[in-house]
Amino acid sequence: MSDNGKGNGLTPPCVGLRVRGLQKSFGSVRAVAGADFTVRSGGTCALLGPSGCGKTTTLRMIAGLERPDAGEIVVAGRVVSSSERFVAPEERRIGMVFQDYALFPHMDVAANVGYGLGRKPDHGRVREALELVGLGDSGKRMVHELSGGQQQRVALARALAPTPDIVLLDEPFSNLDASLRDRLRQEVSAILRTAGVTAVFVTHDQEEAMSIAEQVVVMREGCVEQDGTPEEVYLRPATRWMAEFLGDIEVLPGEAREGRAKCELGSLPTEVHLDGAVDVLVRPEGLAVGVSGPSSAASAEVVSRRFFGHDQLLGLRLESGQVVRSRRLGFPAWHPGDHVQVWIEGPVEILPRADAPAVA
Amino acid sequence: MATAADPLALPPSPAAPAGLVEGRSSGRLLGARRPPAALLALGLVVALAAALPALYLVVVVAGDARAAADAVLTSRSLGLVLRSAGLAVAVTASAIAIAVPLAWLTVRSDLPGRRAWATLATLPLVMPSYIAAYVFVAVLRPKGLLQEALAPLGVQELPQIYGFLGAWLVLTLCTYPLVLLPLRAALRRLDPSVEEAARVMGRSPLEVFRTVVLPQLMPAIGAGGVLVALYVLSDFGAVAILRFDSFTREIYIAFQSAQRTEAAALGMVLVLVMLLLFALYAKVRGARALHRSSPGTQRPAPPVRLGRWRWPALGLCAGVVAVTLVVPIGVLLYWASKDVSTGVDVATITAEAGNSLLAAAAAAVAAAAAALVVGVLSVRFPGYATRAIERVGYAGYALPGIVVALALVFFGTRVALPLYQTLAMLVFALSIHYLPLAVGPVGAALMQVPPRLEEAARGLGRSPLQVFRTITRPLVTSGVLAGAALVFLHALKELPATLLLAPIGFETLATDIFHQTTTGFFEAAAIPALILLLIAAPPLYLLNEKGVKGT
Repeated sequence: MSDNGKGNGLTPPCVGLRVRGLQKSFGSVRAVAGADFTVRSGGTCALLGPSGCGKTTTLRMIAGLERPDAGEIVVAGRVVSSSERFVAPEERRIGMVFQDYALFPHMDVAANVGYGLGRKPDHGRVREALELVGLGDSGKRMVHELSGGQQQRVALARALAPTPDIVLLDEPFSNLDASLRDRLRQEVSAILRTAGVTAVFVTHDQEEAMSIAEQVVVMREGCVEQDGTPEEVYLRPATRWMAEFLGDIEVLPGEAREGRAKCELGSLPTEVHLDGAVDVLVRPEGLAVGVSGPSSAASAEVVSRRFFGHDQLLGLRLESGQVVRSRRLGFPAWHPGDHVQVWIEGPVEILPRADAPAVA
Repeated sequence: MATAADPLALPPSPAAPAGLVEGRSSGRLLGARRPPAALLALGLVVALAAALPALYLVVVVAGDARAAADAVLTSRSLGLVLRSAGLAVAVTASAIAIAVPLAWLTVRSDLPGRRAWATLATLPLVMPSYIAAYVFVAVLRPKGLLQEALAPLGVQELPQIYGFLGAWLVLTLCTYPLVLLPLRAALRRLDPSVEEAARVMGRSPLEVFRTVVLPQLMPAIGAGGVLVALYVLSDFGAVAILRFDSFTREIYIAFQSAQRTEAAALGMVLVLVMLLLFALYAKVRGARALHRSSPGTQRPAPPVRLGRWRWPALGLCAGVVAVTLVVPIGVLLYWASKDVSTGVDVATITAEAGNSLLAAAAAAVAAAAAALVVGVLSVRFPGYATRAIERVGYAGYALPGIVVALALVFFGTRVALPLYQTLAMLVFALSIHYLPLAVGPVGAALMQVPPRLEEAARGLGRSPLQVFRTITRPLVTSGVLAGAALVFLHALKELPATLLLAPIGFETLATDIFHQTTTGFFEAAAIPALILLLIAAPPLYLLNEKGVKGT
């Protein structure tokens, strides 16, 4: 930590990671085309995007495993990559958890965890790191004797043991089966919070990003599409592509005038500068259904129903003929043919009309 | 199939081919059928033939146990074991020392032309050791080419090349590809993210290689190293020409001086040493626990930039290729041109080439037929008996060529006198010695035609004959041909069995090269050597290459 240049005036100390104008091409393919984002010190940030959006390349550039073509990376106040400077990965004070964990197959668990602590690792620190992930007694076991979830936790302990300035996780849960994945997400995010370390993880799973990160950076075609809290990116998508990428969305055509937007499900407040044709974006869980509703409610007919136990997804044909989906609790049951009232009860986002859907 | 790639063609380790297990279990599901009696009888004949040399060696040694014990239990034989072991260890160590940097440079670095270097560096595999030894002697012997060239500079004497030093150098250059091939494959399989993890954890590239890469390569290095040791122990050509008293040369000398019981006893000891090494090899190959800890998409390792280290790296590659390829071929061409200027005995060389081709072709046909019997039995009628037949089929190759030949000399003189020193006996020896080379591809081809496939064709309305013509035959033919070709090419360059068993006056290219070299007629050996390399090397290389890619 002696040469990290903290307090150079450019980056406030509360910033854990700053990425500015980051670019990288492989041959003629532009993997990252100018990415900018900042993560607060101790924060947990998800880099989210469809495959090929440049998120993994971004992570690897932060780690120093790829050399950026342009741009600057600042970790804990120290410039690790810029046009003048490229700090080798072994000098970046970074912890990394790889997609396939990349545990050393010829070493036992303790040797794996101690590897980053130098030639003569401090056994106390190794044990501490293993206890943090709940594997205090597994130091003597070989890597292949562990289950997938245990390997994952060893990889995390190994990354945390040298008290890095930042931990990078590359698709950390993609190799686990569904039931284990959910449990480990919660565990890992709790461990990261306990360690108080800045963490950046790459994922293509929207639910995963929103459930464990406090900041979600959505990438698309090498650029940052939106950067915000999970609530912001989900409930206030900046673009129609964002709205469709993060989950199911219903798009109602509408007309905006003088701060109100009118659509088939009523008149909604909107930003004053919007004027003319708009799209009203609403999540299926934001559409309420009842025998009777508020005055803004519209009549509809139930045309389909899929039952998932804890909830049900209804297809509703509005009077205009448009079919929208409503996600409701599993009860009361609605059935095709039922005539109902439908109204908006959740947050909506109103954007200028996009003629074609942005997501293929 | 591993056998084609494996120059020593060891039996597949129990865990190796997944297809094997599948083929067997699918056979069992259909209700294990009993093999037809005639086929089973043929299989037993093949197994008996394959086991004959080993069995008869035991008979000979047991029949004259006193003399055999006297021959073996002397202080001389202790020295012999130590000498042979010393040579095997030294060659293995130096082969590994050459193979590790070459493998790393050609797989992981940005060395210019790394693919071409990799190809060139594996070529010495097809150079018979006696040709390499011949070239070595021709260049470095007293009054040899090098001394001739250095004479104007006042160099009067070169270091002694006969004995350990020469055998060590020549065998190292012949065998390092046996380590290079598995090592390159292992390097390509290594998960680069493991190295990246080590880098991120604060270790320099060199330290990462030492603590993370090298330990993961140890199984491949070990397996390759045991192959080298097996090659050295069973090699006859190089040690005979370079006059190093290893097992095979002592056996040959004892045989020549009519001390046949002693030769058999020594052969027995050698076989025991080989079996120990085989067990070691199986163990090393079995210890492949060092796999990727979990599946996932493996990103290709970015090549390491060599920078100014590029020049020494290129120098190393060029040096190895110069010594193993450029110099030998240059020397052969030089001697050949000298020979041409003094008049070549075309008739003799043509006759020898004809003899070589005849013996090798006959052995290839016999081995392919035997392999087909063994293959059909073990793939289509899985069971204890057929599995035992398959195992015995590999026995011939676990014995060094000279031991196979020696056992058959005894058998010929004592039991089958009419066959002794006939072409039939030579062909028999060659075909059982190289039988495993054919069993591999033939078995693999048969497994590609699981009974299900034929049943599916039947279900689509074809008659059994049509099914055989359109499904079975096309799929099996290529395997049988590949097996036959491998046997043919190896038999073509075989030396010790041909020396011991060929009919009187039956010279092949290999025996001619050997005789001319050991008596100092270097010019006369050059053209046979060039012809042999020209016929055998390119297809052998291609087959090896195909085998490597197939695994």
